[in-house]
Amino acid sequence: MKKTSLLLLIVFSITSLYAVDNELILEEKFPKKLSDFHFFKDTHAQIPSKGVLPYELISSLFSDYSYKQRWVYIPEGKKASFIKDKVFDFPVGSALIKTFYYPIDERNLSLGKKLMETRLLLRKQEGWEAVSYAWNENQDEAIIKKAGKTILTDWIDFKGENRSVRYRVPNKNQCKECHSNNDAVMPIGPKARNLNKIYDYQDESINQLTKWMKLDYIDNIQTDLNTPVDWEDDSHSLEERVRSYLDINCGHCHISTGGANSTGLYLDLTESRPTHLGINKKPVATGRGSGGHEFSISPGKADESILLYRMISTDPGVMMPESGRSLTHTEAIQMIEDWISSM
Amino acid sequence: MKNLLLMTLLVLSSFSISAKQILLGPNSNSQEEIQEALIDLEPGDVLTLEPGEYFFEDGISLDVDDVIFEGSGIDDTILHFGDQVSGAQGLLVTSDGVTLRDFAVLDAKGDAIKVIGADGISMIRLRTEWTGGPKETNGAYGFYPVESKDVLIDGCVAIGASDAGIYVGQSQNIIVKNSVAQYNVAGIEIENSYYADVFDNLASHNTGGILVFDLPDLPQQGGHHVRVFRNKAINNDTDNFAPEGNIVGEVPRGTGIIIQANSDVEVFDNDIYGNGTVNLSIVTYGYETEDENYNPHPKSIQIHNNRFGDGGFDPDVGTGELAAILFELSDGDMPDIFWDGILPMNQILFGQPDDERLIISNNGDATFLTLNPIKYLLPFFDPVERDIQEYDGEVRPLPEVILN
Repeated sequence: MKKTSLLLLIVFSITSLYAVDNELILEEKFPKKLSDFHFFKDTHAQIPSKGVLPYELISSLFSDYSYKQRWVYIPEGKKASFIKDKVFDFPVGSALIKTFYYPIDERNLSLGKKLMETRLLLRKQEGWEAVSYAWNENQDEAIIKKAGKTILTDWIDFKGENRSVRYRVPNKNQCKECHSNNDAVMPIGPKARNLNKIYDYQDESINQLTKWMKLDYIDNIQTDLNTPVDWEDDSHSLEERVRSYLDINCGHCHISTGGANSTGLYLDLTESRPTHLGINKKPVATGRGSGGHEFSISPGKADESILLYRMISTDPGVMMPESGRSLTHTEAIQMIEDWISSM
Repeated sequence: MKNLLLMTLLVLSSFSISAKQILLGPNSNSQEEIQEALIDLEPGDVLTLEPGEYFFEDGISLDVDDVIFEGSGIDDTILHFGDQVSGAQGLLVTSDGVTLRDFAVLDAKGDAIKVIGADGISMIRLRTEWTGGPKETNGAYGFYPVESKDVLIDGCVAIGASDAGIYVGQSQNIIVKNSVAQYNVAGIEIENSYYADVFDNLASHNTGGILVFDLPDLPQQGGHHVRVFRNKAINNDTDNFAPEGNIVGEVPRGTGIIIQANSDVEVFDNDIYGNGTVNLSIVTYGYETEDENYNPHPKSIQIHNNRFGDGGFDPDVGTGELAAILFELSDGDMPDIFWDGILPMNQILFGQPDDERLIISNNGDATFLTLNPIKYLLPFFDPVERDIQEYDGEVRPLPEVILN
């Protein structure tokens, strides 16, 4: 009898140790350490706790070639609701967790990785809040960085070349620069349309939305989703790949409800008006960002298109996006160039 | 009564206890220290920077409502962004009710001070400057409030912007006063905005002094109710150094004031002289647009009681089309005031409503030139008309802008 209760106690304390701290997600102040949330059973190895589910997006935002691992946490018994073409309306107490890292060597991922930061979006009572935790040298804990941090790091890319980057952990305000929609902080990725793909959960390979339905995270969705394509998959048309890339990289800000709405350049997947997509559109308040070019997109003339010029640049007064990038995304540049040339 | 007084005192004292003043001085960690302080501010707080030079590698930003961020003087607290490697502006403000005052932002890689979507922003005794003189590689805007309401720019200095020194875009309820804009492409520019008072400013040695513009394909357009008065738009003589593609790249060197595609603009009691191309132009938006909601024509423009001096003595025929066209039309005898005369087709045929007519009254011996669009379209007629008296009329003063 005594033994059983002791065992129960141990089991209980272990489970509670591995359970996400629901209270902490809602608290006004952020804890100093990432591990305090208990999102991971093993912080260093990033093994998620019970109820913390990994997910992937069909196309992902370019962040200086860093790799990203994403998880969603929805408190037990609660549900997110589907809104077409928008991010799910997650219930209070939810968390979106994203760890940024570089592999030591892209050609051989088993050589390990260097964790940079883990960004959190926490759905509090009043709305979403964003915060980032930067990983320490030992890679066993991540510490809150409200004012951001600069980390110089390097990795070997898939061609075997040494690459280095001045990686910026964003400050709290910079989080809002991208995650702002109608003046409120909003997630970018987890729209139903971006999740509509197969994911290899260890126990099964299954469409992510189906999994979320099975887990009762969401109700059944019965509508067409405007699913984008994986921009890296060249079995899709150039147009589809480009629009998917622009959507996930630019469309959260360049949308009528986003931070760049004053530009009139709208790049989200649902935009269909040529001028607002940048075709023969004159710049508004671009300054030297124009690079001496007359239009955002000059059909057939990639090297005279402001959009491409600003994607190539790494000058802070010129480059797009304005933050979160210090390197040029060569592969995407090639695709956009081909696209404009083909017009 | 006593109780009420006591309560007021309590409320006041509790407020002053909770509001903090934070004082920071320059050191090698200023970037992080100031950014962290800006993030940790709470409504009512004041962040004060001591006199000194502060150096930044990244842009800094403020997103807390109702705070004051101040320095110790326009020449004493200097924020240097010459070594900036990230951030599209020096200082970004995204919250409401903020006051910025008494510091300078130098050599930002993009815009110097940008304010987006603020409900209430006061910029007082600030300086934005690119210290290497007018250069295409300078940032676009010194002061750049956009999509904001209740905007005050008072006692500021803007030097060297490659677009506009002081630029207010897609905003409403705006006062720009007591400020100096020099060596920018555009000195002061009010664009796609409603209800702006621009007065007691000096705009000199820019390419163009004061611009009131409206552009198509934007969330807010149809700029209206702009009063430009008691300013000096003088000696604007800097070559246009805007990067190509920008609308201000079309402005010829030596332009005092341009009004383009707005309605209800009143320009009065200004000193306008020393502008080598033209002291004042009223023009239609010159590009094709498919935006059906956009009116490219200026209307209800009133120009009165200004003091015009010498102008048009050195027309910049190499920039844009305006100077070259005007030079040709005027046979070199450049006017003080130019209106391109372009009207919507129905108004060309059936006349313009009285309250939309251009009024030009009591501007001393200012000279004038416009084009008669019908004669312009027909052969054998000289479309040039120079009789300023035809535009004399009763002024209907626009209301004063009052900030909330």
